[in-house]
Amino acid sequence: MKHIKTIQTACVKTPASGKACGECQTSCQSACKTSCTVANQKCESDR
Amino acid sequence: MVHAFEMKNRFIAYDSESCALHELDEMAYGVLCKFIAADGQTPDISVFEELASAKNYDLQDLLECRDDFSVLIAQGGLFTPGRDVGIEALYPEAPVIKAMCLHICHDCNLRCTYCFAGTGDFGTGKRSMLDVETGKRAIDFLIASSRGRHHLDVDFFGGEPLMNWPVVVALTEYCEEMSKKTGKEIRLTITTNALLLDAEKSAFINQHMKNCVLSLDGRPEVHDRMRPGIGGKGSYEAVSGRIRAFLDVRNSDESLYHEHYVRGTYTRNNLDFSKDVIHMAEVLGARHISVEPVVAEDGAGYEIRMEDLPQIEKEYEDLAEYILMTRKTNDPVQFFHFIMDMQGGPCVYKRLKGCGVGAEYCAVTPDGDIYPCHQFAGDASFRMGNVRDLDDLLDESGNLLPGKKAEDILNPEVHDKFIERLMPKKEACKTCFARYNCGGGCAANSLHATGSLDGMYEVSCRLAKKRLECSLWLAVAGQDA
Repeated sequence: MKHIKTIQTACVKTPASGKACGECQTSCQSACKTSCTVANQKCESDR
Repeated sequence: MVHAFEMKNRFIAYDSESCALHELDEMAYGVLCKFIAADGQTPDISVFEELASAKNYDLQDLLECRDDFSVLIAQGGLFTPGRDVGIEALYPEAPVIKAMCLHICHDCNLRCTYCFAGTGDFGTGKRSMLDVETGKRAIDFLIASSRGRHHLDVDFFGGEPLMNWPVVVALTEYCEEMSKKTGKEIRLTITTNALLLDAEKSAFINQHMKNCVLSLDGRPEVHDRMRPGIGGKGSYEAVSGRIRAFLDVRNSDESLYHEHYVRGTYTRNNLDFSKDVIHMAEVLGARHISVEPVVAEDGAGYEIRMEDLPQIEKEYEDLAEYILMTRKTNDPVQFFHFIMDMQGGPCVYKRLKGCGVGAEYCAVTPDGDIYPCHQFAGDASFRMGNVRDLDDLLDESGNLLPGKKAEDILNPEVHDKFIERLMPKKEACKTCFARYNCGGGCAANSLHATGSLDGMYEVSCRLAKKRLECSLWLAVAGQDA
């Protein structure tokens, strides 16, 4: 494509189980404490 | 939904439902804006004829670009339909508390002007220390409530936890003992202002704590203005050397834990906070940094105001440029809110659940009271229960009695408010491109700013959106050779 460069194709994971495993860390455990970013947390099943 | 934006002479398109990311040239950006105006449908050819005429583009080129977008849409890279996710997918076996902010003491050796914890006592007028037995009960509650979860998290918090160091050591040993006994992995974090961070405590933290959050606001004059000691003298000189010494060891010894954050707060007194991040990186040696906007009431004088947002947004852009520069070295600096694993990261359910306040995460005070998170501590209307009540549910061996659940000690009137507080129900989030990034934002901030747990706190939303734009820009700009 001459005018468009795809940096990342669709990438949001939907677990095959169709439900949350709940094993990942909560964001306030990292550094938030007074705001909220969750997309930077790691997926435990990727480790 | 698709978010198209320009930042630092780059045109970027982000598909929020799929997290697909594209860099465009200016002409393609103009074409995509026409698709967005048509709700993702292919605009009529007259739209492109007008665009060609207005911008002096070649019409055939424009139409080829239009067709390229149609292909991307068909491939699921743009205008991906929204998901309909129910509570049963987010919490398949009901919400499970598996992370805890454990308040080691409600006292502090600093008197930070902006402290949401009322300089340590959380507005209660009573300074207190957690005792070992109450702390163990809190850990027992966490383990019992976590059901089948393997990974549990405990943050030793305050006030200032190093003021009650023997209890930190005792509870660390208890967590390690209970890990072996139950097979669960209990990950420890400590959040400290570093004033009492000597070599002995540093060695212990490096050996036992997966993460360490060190509070410092940046440049000496910025830090000292908001973070004085009890006598009113600035604390930068006392804490900065300790933090530098701590990081020297934590960054270099392969046998120890490495994760850390130097975490600061910015106020309207330092809207040029990118300089503070640079100070943390280059003067103190921090490689993992977070700075957060202050939580403050209107009229405090240092609160973030709507009129400050344009300057703050530019500041985040400047910070992104600095982070990009370090990413091109072999010693990159990570800024917490710009971290984005484009090919991994959390699943869609985690992104929707947000921080888990009151549903997967809770705070426990020195009295054993349970709150949805540290920011609600001391507010009686949000008290969920007390860990000592767990005694009534346990047999002589410390196991739950038949038919009992750890969450039976929680007040359902408070607990249910947080279980029901799912981001997809918030009207403002339904049409927001950042909704998978912030998970609906901070409930405590919404409550304090709007009076409602689900109110829209515009300052917070604007900043979350800008931080996401900067993360996306970094992903795009990072592709350059």
